[in-house]
Amino acid sequence: MSAFLVTRDLKTYFPIYQGAIFRKQIGAVKAVDGIDLQLRKGEILGLVGESGCGKSTLARTIMQLIPNTEGTVLLEGRDLSNLPKNSVRAERVNFQMIFQDPYASLNPRMTVFDALGEAIQTRRKLPKRMLLEKVALLMHTVGLPANQMRRYPHEFSGGQRQRIAIARALAPEPKLIIADEPVSALDVSIQSQILNLIANLRQRMELTMIFISHDISVVKYISDRIAVMYLGRLVEIGRANDVVERPMHPYTRALVSAVPVPDPERERRRQRILLQGDPPSPMDPPPGCPFHPRCPFAIAACKVSRPELEEKEHGRFAACIRIGEI
Amino acid sequence: MAILEIEDLRTYFYTRAGVVRAVDGVSFSLSQGETMGIVGESGSGKSVTCYSILGLIPRPPGKIVSGVARFDGIDLLSCSNRQLRAIRGKRISMIFQDPMTSLNPYMRISDQLVEPLVVHEGMSRSGALTRAVESLEELGIQDASSRIDFYPHQFSGGMRQRIMIAMALISRPEILIADEPTTALDVTVQAQILELIKQRQRELGTAVIFITHDLGVIASFCKYVKVMYAGRIVESAPTDELFARPMHPYSASLQQSIPALHQKGQPLYTIPGMPPDLTLEIEGCPFAPRCGQATAICREQRVALKEITSGHGTACIRFQRSELESLDGVLPQPSTFAVQKSRGHPERDSA
Repeated sequence: MSAFLVTRDLKTYFPIYQGAIFRKQIGAVKAVDGIDLQLRKGEILGLVGESGCGKSTLARTIMQLIPNTEGTVLLEGRDLSNLPKNSVRAERVNFQMIFQDPYASLNPRMTVFDALGEAIQTRRKLPKRMLLEKVALLMHTVGLPANQMRRYPHEFSGGQRQRIAIARALAPEPKLIIADEPVSALDVSIQSQILNLIANLRQRMELTMIFISHDISVVKYISDRIAVMYLGRLVEIGRANDVVERPMHPYTRALVSAVPVPDPERERRRQRILLQGDPPSPMDPPPGCPFHPRCPFAIAACKVSRPELEEKEHGRFAACIRIGEI
Repeated sequence: MAILEIEDLRTYFYTRAGVVRAVDGVSFSLSQGETMGIVGESGSGKSVTCYSILGLIPRPPGKIVSGVARFDGIDLLSCSNRQLRAIRGKRISMIFQDPMTSLNPYMRISDQLVEPLVVHEGMSRSGALTRAVESLEELGIQDASSRIDFYPHQFSGGMRQRIMIAMALISRPEILIADEPTTALDVTVQAQILELIKQRQRELGTAVIFITHDLGVIASFCKYVKVMYAGRIVESAPTDELFARPMHPYSASLQQSIPALHQKGQPLYTIPGMPPDLTLEIEGCPFAPRCGQATAICREQRVALKEITSGHGTACIRFQRSELESLDGVLPQPSTFAVQKSRGHPERDSA
């Protein structure tokens, strides 16, 4: 498959210092700890994981909003991770981000026209008349009436603001969009509008996307493939339906099991896997497999060495030494 | 046997933008040991209903305009502060969505857990401390005796929620009101917390009112459910019934919007338009502008919840008149993406 976006052994470590005057590094938060990803053009990759797993840090590292500590990020073969600072800015038109909080991600002092106009012009400068036309077209694309382009963000609802954020992400005609929990802050009836919009745009504009969410049913619906993250590493990756319906890795199985099904009869009948304890902190990862302290299938060997992501079936990868036994 | 009866509760907020009719005629009863869910989206009035019951509405700008909340022969909405304080935290407890706002960040956990016991039950501090440690252990908190002196910020979100549950249940209340207690938590932690509440509820026989926007949690946890919209209960049913045979277009629409129930590539059902402006007097059914089944009568007449089959009531006038028998196949086809304008609100556009 021709890879559109590739990350190779991507690592983002945040150093922890001690001391006020003479600072000594005493450790590091290994937020992203060796991630290999490959995205095809036009693919939506869902990224799931719980708090502290590093999915947001991974997104920001790919976007070069946070510099990576090791490894590479290649977009269409171009290495983004080792560019000098000025060149990163030029590359930024090619990838855009949609954030979770529609109330925080739009500048409250810019009208829709200002925000979208600015985003459009990062790719090319346009005369005012053409700019107005483009902004109107963008707003129509996301289902907002163009005659509202002079309004400020506070005059819109949460769902509408998220549409503006999507329009802004589309404005510079990027090749890659990373959506970091774009619907989590929205009510379910608004969520479905935004999901339909994203699905529709993806089809029409051949967008490549990374869709980050903690909500596995949303991710299953919208993504082609799903990658599951735990403590800075990938534990499973495969086709969306496969990963959710026949999860391989014990963590994926627990994650899927934890989601309540909106069907009382199925809820009563199904088996549940309950994990003990809380999601771990990346400041103090356990030895061996990072999941072993909470894993219902852990054996002695799991505490010794960290399992690598291996192809278990065609197109399905998991990082667990006991797949097939459990 | 009903332990709580709410009759025609109306809570309005008097603001500069107008009078917000947050709760506009809510009635229900809760039986001993029952788990009742209240489901609705933001602004539906589900939280304000429960805050009203416990006297937690700031006055001004809020005002309980009418209604009765009968608990053990007392009307909670008109009793004295002293009576309310004796009930709140002891016989009726509440847990909230964000444990950081209900746990005092300046007080150690030990002090916060001990307080209800000393105040409500007159226990000595040492006796209360022993009980507090026990209650934490019952909730699966390791090293409870040494960690009980920590401050809230030294615990994770899931732990803090467990502490809040411990605090709420420590006086063995008859009713526990849980306001979106797991919304801010990771899904695996949510599963643990729900199991925990279920287990403690079984042990103590506590009735639970569970407020949520998540239909999955309702299916998993609640035996009975009330669906709220624009400050009113639009449907009330045993949970199985609500999912199998919804009797209100809004309830059916909510279920249809859930991605979990759809195949990939199948457009999700979306409810056109937006929830109504609660500062405006709504004529007729508040859902009518967004309802695919609305007819003229819906926009003119407002009706109260009426029981159609045993235990299953709806505020949909068409169901009440048997003009609608079921919503299978009657909902409009899932919408492909399009700009939707909500009827009756020409200024508003779809979110």
